[in-house]
Amino acid sequence: MHESAAQIFINALLANNFVLAMFLGLCPFLGVSGKLETAFPMGVATTFVMLVASLCAYGLNLLLAYFNLDFLRLISYIVIIASSVQLVEMVLKKYSPALFRALGIYLPLITTNCAVLGVALFQTAREYDFIQSMTFSFGGGAGFTLALVLMASVRERLTLSDVPSVAQGTAMSLMLAGVLSLAFMGFAGLGG
Amino acid sequence: MSQQTVSTLDEFMEGVWRQNPTFVMILGMCPTLAVTVSAMNALSMGISTALVLIASCWLISMVRNIVPKEVRIAVYIVIIATFVTVVDYAIQAISLELYDALGAFIQLIVVNCIILGRAEAHAAKNPPIAAMINAAGMGVGFTIGLLSLGVVREILGAGTLFGVSLFGADFQPWVVMVLPPGGFFVLGSWLLLFSTLERRKQRKLVEATQNA
Amino acid sequence: MNVEALVPQTTPTVAMIRTLGLLSAICGLIIVASYQGTYAAVQENKRIAVERAVFKVIPTAKSIDEYIASPDGAVTKVGAGGTASPGAVKFYAGYDAAGKLAGIAAEGAAKGYADNVRILFAYDPVAGTVASFSVVASRETPGIGDKILVNKDFLENFPLEAKLSADLKTLAHEIRTVKHGSKANPWEVDAISGATITSRAVGKAINDAAQALLPRIAPQLDKLKEKSS
Repeated sequence: MHESAAQIFINALLANNFVLAMFLGLCPFLGVSGKLETAFPMGVATTFVMLVASLCAYGLNLLLAYFNLDFLRLISYIVIIASSVQLVEMVLKKYSPALFRALGIYLPLITTNCAVLGVALFQTAREYDFIQSMTFSFGGGAGFTLALVLMASVRERLTLSDVPSVAQGTAMSLMLAGVLSLAFMGFAGLGG
Repeated sequence: MSQQTVSTLDEFMEGVWRQNPTFVMILGMCPTLAVTVSAMNALSMGISTALVLIASCWLISMVRNIVPKEVRIAVYIVIIATFVTVVDYAIQAISLELYDALGAFIQLIVVNCIILGRAEAHAAKNPPIAAMINAAGMGVGFTIGLLSLGVVREILGAGTLFGVSLFGADFQPWVVMVLPPGGFFVLGSWLLLFSTLERRKQRKLVEATQNA
Repeated sequence: MNVEALVPQTTPTVAMIRTLGLLSAICGLIIVASYQGTYAAVQENKRIAVERAVFKVIPTAKSIDEYIASPDGAVTKVGAGGTASPGAVKFYAGYDAAGKLAGIAAEGAAKGYADNVRILFAYDPVAGTVASFSVVASRETPGIGDKILVNKDFLENFPLEAKLSADLKTLAHEIRTVKHGSKANPWEVDAISGATITSRAVGKAINDAAQALLPRIAPQLDKLKEKSS
């Protein structure tokens, strides 16, 4: 593809936001977006895993193509992702135990975050080169964090508002997400 | 120690109603919102996920006694990825159009929390047949969830159902329904509906005990 | 009190490796078996899809030959489903019942509103025009983006001029999509009002693919004119 790195970044961040337009990473989006102080670190951790996964997927893809082992792509990607998450867990545990405890169960759950595997699969399908892949995953992670932070800010405010009890919980979050998604549609075409 | 024997029907229905992955457990949201733009896509995704669920739970249950517990999650994921690859090729062989329509979400079945959750919670502790029945129930429940979105979004957003035009050529489709925001709104509405019904049931229960 | 029994047993490494090895072997076997089992059917599906798409854009074609145009200028015929290495461009030569070249078809892709829009367009080498196009894959907004298939004004953009410059190295004029109603030249694509982004994607897809392919096949046209056996 002939898209520039900047175009890809803006696109992944806004116009084709991973969460609000491509529906990737919804489980943590609905689960962790309750409080701003957990939402932001979660976004950053996920972005980091996405970068590592994207890097490894790029290399892995070259290897698989060379040896004509395309049918092993999915399995090798998922093993790489699981390993990356283990790595991030160990690093966090050593250098920031407070953050490690704060994120709790959600850290290993990054493995099942469709956004991470989604990054690897999409960059392969669109045949991005190295720079494009890196900007794509960085933009995607930033977009995920952005959506998470926006959602968390609104939900925090919402706890003080008079939401009808039938709508409390996931139903409200989904309606919120729908409005956010609608707003983000306004970014269409940005970045060329 | 007394063992609780759960009837086969109970095992199956658990996934369909009481623990419905879409409406009760709120799992597997990514494919639920992404591929339910039409009823056919929803049905295909549901069947694919169900097949992967059943096959994975079968194999995981078969090897449950020899898998070292330290690496069990990694093993489960590899097994699930194997069957997703199989289903991926099967769909390509059946219909390339369907494959294009479902896109990357076929391969994303691997990270569908439903399957890993079922493996951990059920297949790892039960014999193969029971695991498969429970998995089948979950698969059916998930398909019902997907269809409930797919049918609504297709009827409102395209005026067709399974490709068959319902309202004729003059129908002005509610286009947002087949766009991302529509997915959020429709699922939110379904949850709202269930929540209201649940509330009403609770109220009736309270009234009944008060009047007794 | 047996202290050993109180310590949680961890699996010995040998047993772990043995089990993991066994499981990897089983999974590997399943994957390879399914790949081999479906290979023929998948290739057939792909072939049928390509055929259908090419016959749609080159209506007079009765048979198709697949070619790859490599960066060094060589044009080689490949079997069905051959993939182009980076830098090489794949195209389809459609031949009519008499074995004469009816048209060249090639794929192009560009970013649309939602995702990439992949199209197949037909190039008439004699007239130097893009005769028509069809959509291979798109996720554009139904009712808006998919108007490119049916909007009469948009379809009237074709045949689109795609002549090469005098030195045959590039297109004489870049194919661009212009605002609805402002088309002034035969190499411009008049966008659909209200579906500018998707219209632009079509224009860009054709332009990018034509810029890459047409200079490479221009010197080889004689070779392609008759269906080679």
